[in-house]
Amino acid sequence: MTDVSSEVLKATPLRAQHQAAGAKLVPFAGYEMPIQYSGIVREHTAVRTAAGLFDVSHMGEVRVRGQDAVPFVDGLVTNDLSRTAIGQALYTCCCQEDGGILDDLIVYKVSETDVLIVCNASNHEKIAGHVKGRAAGKSGVQVVDESDETALIALQGPRAFDVLAALDPSLASLGSELGSFRFTKRPLLGAEMTIARTGYTGEDGVEIFCPSSAAPRLWSGLLGAGERFGLLPVGLGARDTLRLEARLSLYGNELDESIDPIEAGVGWTVKLDKPAFVGKGALLKRHAAGPSRSTVGFEMLGRGVGRHGYPLVDGAGSVVGVVTSGGPSPTLGKSIGLCRVPPQLAAVGTKVSVDCRGKVVEAQVVKTPFYRRPR
Amino acid sequence: MSQVTAPSDRRYTKDHEWALEAEGAVTFGITAFAVEQLGDITLINLDVKVGSTVTAGKTFGTIESVKTLSDLYAPLSGTVVAINDALENAPELVNEDPWGKGWMIRIQPTAGDLSSLMDSAAYASHVESSDH
Repeated sequence: MTDVSSEVLKATPLRAQHQAAGAKLVPFAGYEMPIQYSGIVREHTAVRTAAGLFDVSHMGEVRVRGQDAVPFVDGLVTNDLSRTAIGQALYTCCCQEDGGILDDLIVYKVSETDVLIVCNASNHEKIAGHVKGRAAGKSGVQVVDESDETALIALQGPRAFDVLAALDPSLASLGSELGSFRFTKRPLLGAEMTIARTGYTGEDGVEIFCPSSAAPRLWSGLLGAGERFGLLPVGLGARDTLRLEARLSLYGNELDESIDPIEAGVGWTVKLDKPAFVGKGALLKRHAAGPSRSTVGFEMLGRGVGRHGYPLVDGAGSVVGVVTSGGPSPTLGKSIGLCRVPPQLAAVGTKVSVDCRGKVVEAQVVKTPFYRRPR
Repeated sequence: MSQVTAPSDRRYTKDHEWALEAEGAVTFGITAFAVEQLGDITLINLDVKVGSTVTAGKTFGTIESVKTLSDLYAPLSGTVVAINDALENAPELVNEDPWGKGWMIRIQPTAGDLSSLMDSAAYASHVESSDH
């Protein structure tokens, strides 16, 4: 039921662990990745109510060092790295000159001379090339692609910090010490790891960077420590339903080179008052003219599921927009999604219609995020 | 993948529907293998009612899972004599019991017969050869 791909797929350092756990592996962004282990809804629910463990080692890590590392990276991103503290991570877009989105990134300010850029696997080559290209001839920055040596494991859910404490008592107070979007270096299982309070699920939790060689023992250690808390390994399938409920954007769906961050619904990452950055001129112009489209959440009112790429139509059947992401929400028990519409259709409560492969089904613009974790 | 098991009392399409004959009518459903591929099923949309006609190889509805949307193809041509109303509010029956309570429609065949479809052994080898 899936195509056999002839391309040579890369494996993460955890492939053997996934196979032993009975994961279904699929090609994704050039990697063989687990799409599910025990079932999407079961894994999704584990993250919302207990904890889930994700192998996201396919993500790209590009390190920028040197005396100009911070201003250099700041010039490539829309958010403001100069106002980010040492030890703080920043979610941002990275645009091309015309304002189109090259990728969304998390940028880790390790020191004034050391910045780690984490990009999507699907954009890894593009972003590594972009950063290296912009750095060419600059003596104040050195760019190193660390993706192959770096594994990334996400531990997400209300019990995430209980799992960490069970793995290593030295981490027992981490939940109260580490703020949101902060990170810290810790020795763990005989390797130096970076633990960041970030994620892509709408839950509390961490993402742990570790040397690829240490990834299998970190994965197994966390799974063992988490068993009594209900920790499950979670694949890309539930990662997608979780991020959609939390209204977190996905590159290739909400974000791409044809849309700017303001239209794509991540305008809050654009700081037009900061000094020059790639795309600033175009974004200023577009911002002054007002966006020509908006990205908003919807829920289905009729029987049907609006999925990626389905057109939105008006009463006369003319196409007025497109679904960027959509699917059943396991937490809410209804079908939700995100779509691009003209600004006049963007207000909450607006009725829109989704053309579900020839069947027109009513939907309504709703407030997002669809799900917000209880605090 | 574990050994494919498919009941020998019915016939199969390459698209993973089953067809079971009883008292002149033929019941359609999807196989346990299809269910495993789809994952958690959230919605069964049948495009037919009692009295509608279905055509072999053409869609008679769609099935939505958390993961994806799939078409349902009629194994045989005929007139619909019953639909499984329970699926409207309980699509998970297909996950729980694809060979029984998860049946979808029943038809009175108008052309062709089950011998044109794969038997359980042929279906099992079809699944094994397409599994990767």
